[in-house]
Amino acid sequence: MFRPVRLLSKVPKVDYFRFHKLCFALSVALCLISVVSIAVRGLNYGVDFAGGVLIEVRTPGAPDLAKMRADIGALNLGDVVLQDFGGSNDVLIRIERQTGGEDAEMAAVLKVRETLAKTLGGNVEYRRVEVVGPKVGGELIQDGILAVTFSLTGIMAYMAFRFGWRAGTAGVVAILHDCLTTVGLFSVTGLQFDLNVLAAVVTIAGISINDTVVIDDRIRENARKFKRMDFRELINLSVNQTMARTVVTNGLVFLATFALVLFGGPVLFGFSFAMLWGVIAGTYSTIYVAAPLEWYLSNRGKAHAKELQAEAGST
Amino acid sequence: MIQIQRWKIIVVALLCVWGVLYALPSFMPRAVVDQLPRWLHADRINLGLDLQGGSHLLLEVDTRAVKVDRLQNLVDDVRVTFRNQRLNYTDLGVDGDAVSVRLRDLNDREKVGTALRGIDPAATVVVSPEGVARLTYTEKAWEDRFTAAIQQSLEIVRRRIDETGTREPTIVRHGKDRILVQLPGVDDPERIKRLLGTTAKMSFHLVDIRASQADIEAGRAPAGSMIVENDRAAPDGRRERLAVLRRVAVSGENLTDSQPTFNNGEPVVSFRFDAIGARKFAEVTTENTNKPFAILLDNRVISAPNIREPILGGSGIITGGFTVQSANELALLLRAGALPAPLKVLEERTVGPDLGSDSIRAGTVAIIIGYALIALLMVVGYGLFGIFANVTLILNIAFTIAIMAGLGATLTLPGLAGMVLGLAMSVDANVLIYERMREEERLGRSPFPAVDVSFQRAYVTIVDSNLTTLIAALFLYALGSGPVRGFAVTLGIGIACSMLTAVTVTRMLVVGWLKWAKPKQLPI
Repeated sequence: MFRPVRLLSKVPKVDYFRFHKLCFALSVALCLISVVSIAVRGLNYGVDFAGGVLIEVRTPGAPDLAKMRADIGALNLGDVVLQDFGGSNDVLIRIERQTGGEDAEMAAVLKVRETLAKTLGGNVEYRRVEVVGPKVGGELIQDGILAVTFSLTGIMAYMAFRFGWRAGTAGVVAILHDCLTTVGLFSVTGLQFDLNVLAAVVTIAGISINDTVVIDDRIRENARKFKRMDFRELINLSVNQTMARTVVTNGLVFLATFALVLFGGPVLFGFSFAMLWGVIAGTYSTIYVAAPLEWYLSNRGKAHAKELQAEAGST
Repeated sequence: MIQIQRWKIIVVALLCVWGVLYALPSFMPRAVVDQLPRWLHADRINLGLDLQGGSHLLLEVDTRAVKVDRLQNLVDDVRVTFRNQRLNYTDLGVDGDAVSVRLRDLNDREKVGTALRGIDPAATVVVSPEGVARLTYTEKAWEDRFTAAIQQSLEIVRRRIDETGTREPTIVRHGKDRILVQLPGVDDPERIKRLLGTTAKMSFHLVDIRASQADIEAGRAPAGSMIVENDRAAPDGRRERLAVLRRVAVSGENLTDSQPTFNNGEPVVSFRFDAIGARKFAEVTTENTNKPFAILLDNRVISAPNIREPILGGSGIITGGFTVQSANELALLLRAGALPAPLKVLEERTVGPDLGSDSIRAGTVAIIIGYALIALLMVVGYGLFGIFANVTLILNIAFTIAIMAGLGATLTLPGLAGMVLGLAMSVDANVLIYERMREEERLGRSPFPAVDVSFQRAYVTIVDSNLTTLIAALFLYALGSGPVRGFAVTLGIGIACSMLTAVTVTRMLVVGWLKWAKPKQLPI
């Protein structure tokens, strides 16, 4: 059999702390941009969260967007956005949340159906109709935030239990960093934020935490092996030793996600795009956010050294 | 030397065979599955409506209407009781969540208390020293009423949808006062929404002939009567009005059957009463021959014919300018029974069958390409061991699907995402093990000890990372709604399976090969 390719032929000896202040600055800047953008620009919420109506139709011939826009605009349904998928006969119609609540939204769908039946004949194919009333939309946001908050707390508790509170805190800060910048990216680009993207944000948290756990695990192992090693050196050694795995795993996930962006179709695009960013952010944050933060939390390694001494004294 | 007990190998091998066999039907067309031998007849995985097409409706039972309805009935009951017992009163009406009435004679206080308590034992009666009596319900009593109304609504919704002939609908209670309806394959739910949006409370009333046309136009109804509108609007948009007695002559609750049929070439709806209804109907029609009566549906007149002769058989027809479709729908609604309260559609998600298959195709293509890339690179990076890893990845997919199918869980688009993350974790487990082998070999260990140590050490890391993610998945499942849950289910199952496939199976394959080939060096 052939000789397998090795990306890293030996354990690298990189000092990850060399640029850590610069990276902290970068991370803080990215998070700030995200927060400001979310606060100022807000998010382009999909129908899932904002409520309203989304209809995707396939017209018999090439769609006349201007005419459809005028026809539907004449119904006085407020803000109506029409969008085509370039080249296909599919048109996406989005109608803003109606003031009359759920009943008004259902009525709006009926009106659009009637209008399209009149102007385009009976051959319109309804590929997708989504109507989300204000009540449900609000609950989806609430449920989502609640679920994510509790899972983060759960992760933190488990990591604190296995690796100590500093690793737990650092890990969760890294996750928050990844999730926040992902949401921020959606705010800056104005891409639609819907339930699938929320699922992606949670997936990103999963990937990010997985990375952090792998490195923390190695730190714990090395700390037992090299009892006198400085904490900073210990972190560097552990990151270097697991670097081959980081490159391979995250590289593979990145490639698979890239395939999803290219071939996954429009429905999956938001999800795949978020994931792509998340894989990059997750890899970066483990090394440049979680690891140095843990070092700072241990008072630049002093707390770590003290613990080791106490352990040595008691045995 | 690493020993793996034979029974373990047998158990794992059997499990793998089971997983693959159980997952296979999900990848085959239904027709092929039906021809499989019985022992191979595994459940297919349920596809969510976003993947197979269909309509999802979230309905809310209007509990406020249940309350208003109950209080209004209570007012009527109080009026009848007081009249029967010759008690004088004023200001009878609904006051907030209570029915209140003021007595003219303070000496009646005790008598009134007993009389009111007799109306509904579940109600709480308070008579103040000033002579104001109030009937209220406790929170608990209201809750019981709401629950009963929701249960009944669920039953009616099920009957109505069954009547439409929809295939395999799912109708379940959702949260406190909601009903979730899932209709696979339905791409135009307008008809069903219309059916569910009608309360369909039918009642027969006598027309109040005392009311003059001028009174009706002005909306002034004589005492004990009410003005109702016709169900059908005239071409100019106006609706004809009519004054009918408030008292229900016969209620729609007494209907036993209703069918669409034809009378003189015109679509009509026939109905049949039960014994009580038939008797009441006979009485009313005998006493009021040659007078008009009105059939009301949700307080709108659908027909107001003259009683030509006493109807003693307990059945009749409703004429009222129906089309074939509207006659069908009315008959269906009457057969299925009235909803105890109006339903409101809070959310609708309909995916046409084509979009469903398009997105499943795109998703599948993307996942296959992604997977092929990973499989290829695993072989490039780890050679023979990479092939072992690929075997375990395929097993992981098979197990995830087999378990989902067995549990009757539904695979949705976000669920596919969870599966991708589960696969990524499984790949990661393999990579962790193999990279560790390289490290151990670099330290100068010979193949067997290197493999042994690698599995032991990597195992700790894998358990930690998988448990962390599993905890997250559990919370997402417990607290998330619909799509987030779908994601959590596949992720959780995927991770659990990866503990078996990526760790146990990989270990057996690697150790088995080592024993067979006895290499001087690991091929990695």
